[in-house]
Amino acid sequence: MRLELIQQAAYLASSILFIFSLYWMNHPRTARRGVLAGVAGMTLAILGTLLHSGISHWGLLGGAVALGFLVGIPLSWVPLTAVPQRTALSHAFGGLAAGLVGIAKYYLLLGEAPAHLTRFLMTAIVVEVILGFLTFTGSLMAAGKLQELRWIPQRPVTYTGQNAVNLALLAIAVLAGVGLILRPEELSYLFPVVIVLSLVFGVLLIIPIGGADMPTVISLLNSYAGLAAVAMGFVLDNKLLVIAGALDGSSGLILSIIMCKAMNRSFTNVLFGAFGQVQAKAAAGEAKTAKSETPEGAAQILEEASLVVIVPGYGMAVAQAQHRVRELYDQLTKRGVDVRFAIHPVAGRMPGHMNVLLAEADIPYEKLVEMDDMNPDMPQVDVVLVIGANDVVNPAARHDKASPIYGMPIIDADKARMCFAIKRSMNPGFAGIENELYFADHTYMLFGDAKAVVGEIVKALAGTGGH
Amino acid sequence: MTRRVLLCALAGMGCAVAAEGGEAAQAVPSSGNLFIDLLFVFVLATFIGLGVVTRVSRLLHTPLMSLTNAISAIAIVGSLVIAGQNHENTVINVLGAVAIFASMTNIVSGFLITDRMLKMFKQQKEGDSK
Repeated sequence: MRLELIQQAAYLASSILFIFSLYWMNHPRTARRGVLAGVAGMTLAILGTLLHSGISHWGLLGGAVALGFLVGIPLSWVPLTAVPQRTALSHAFGGLAAGLVGIAKYYLLLGEAPAHLTRFLMTAIVVEVILGFLTFTGSLMAAGKLQELRWIPQRPVTYTGQNAVNLALLAIAVLAGVGLILRPEELSYLFPVVIVLSLVFGVLLIIPIGGADMPTVISLLNSYAGLAAVAMGFVLDNKLLVIAGALDGSSGLILSIIMCKAMNRSFTNVLFGAFGQVQAKAAAGEAKTAKSETPEGAAQILEEASLVVIVPGYGMAVAQAQHRVRELYDQLTKRGVDVRFAIHPVAGRMPGHMNVLLAEADIPYEKLVEMDDMNPDMPQVDVVLVIGANDVVNPAARHDKASPIYGMPIIDADKARMCFAIKRSMNPGFAGIENELYFADHTYMLFGDAKAVVGEIVKALAGTGGH
Repeated sequence: MTRRVLLCALAGMGCAVAAEGGEAAQAVPSSGNLFIDLLFVFVLATFIGLGVVTRVSRLLHTPLMSLTNAISAIAIVGSLVIAGQNHENTVINVLGAVAIFASMTNIVSGFLITDRMLKMFKQQKEGDSK
């Protein structure tokens, strides 16, 4: 009884530590304290659990933990451009753990004490297994797409009736689940059916998703992984699991909502995975011409500006151009130019991706400005430099009702006095939408690889001295 | 958003009450109270989560996700119990051990990479602006 009490006290302390852990993330100054609180909470929780009477098999436990360290440590060394796939992979692991515990608990009770399979418990187990396994395969698919594995289609795969098929599949899984809840013993053959359907549903959910939708999908899977942990808490009657899972679930929910708003998509639309279906209708309009500029010319203009705003996008990450961008920032700052970065919420492949990449390149975080804070100042900006971003600066989103991205909030790069856009060629971007910005009077294109072009601008600036 | 959460909570309560009715018919000790207790914890923790996470700096959304990931790997607590207790069927222990492995991987890589990312967020140095 005493041990039980100590365990509960440890769980309470670690719940509080987890809440503080997230609370301290409200500012970069205190954020690392948040990690410490999280580690302390986790350690307390594990020690508290090991006090639990009846735990043996120490070799098995030790082996599993050691293997976790062995895989986990190298996973934390991935380059920051690969953080989205690492995150997706860890959602998969979270889902897997929840699903496996659900299976274990069901067969354990079915074999030893079927009377304990009450409707409450069965409901929790079914929810845990469905959420856990769909998160598992869904996240693996997302990670595969982000890693650009060859055998996983990168382009969204869509077919007519896709939503109907997906929903039907989910409905069958839920029905089988209801059967299990009502008759856990007699209908036990339905359990594997629920597992398989959830695994398949996870794959089908992610197949229609394109790269630009990844930030939303990752946030959503984050939320699902958290909810799977909550369900596990209900199954095991563990309040700590419910609390930690709820924190994760609500964090994923908020991030999904932010991502949805930033792409002008409704929440329901996302919940049912009906996204990625924006049909790319490349409007074959009148042939417009874009003006181009040389890096040297751009360097001259940048040098004379007083306020420069850089708009980074996924293209910057692909080209690994963030360190060159830092050199450009240094060169311009040295000349007294005020350089800021305007960050769109869905730039990159996961929430906050650009901020991390620029922080890695040693850009001070005060210079990273959110879209909503930057837009009012745009008319005062002398030069906007767009690096690897496309849809998030397309003015069509503001006025062209026919455009698939109509209504999406954008960074008003077109309102600045002048705009440079670095791009490989005039091919439309991922969504296949023409970008009006490139044809505007005051826009000049810098064709080439982002890293190379920024490098040349830096060279031109360095050549002219500047003290 | 608040409305949605409230609706979900009410729906959950409804299910609980309905299931309690069904449960009483069976001669099994009802677990309804326990369910309601956990539902309270879940709803309140969700509110705390929503409140705390909306205040998280937008700069830190990527580290936030890896941090919450590590925190939700608290699933290791349940996995330890499943894997560590004696069962007739040892497959159960193996399932638990795989769950431990998956959670431990998330804990270790989640906390380490969060700290690695957060270390990179630096303020402007004095005199660096000129």
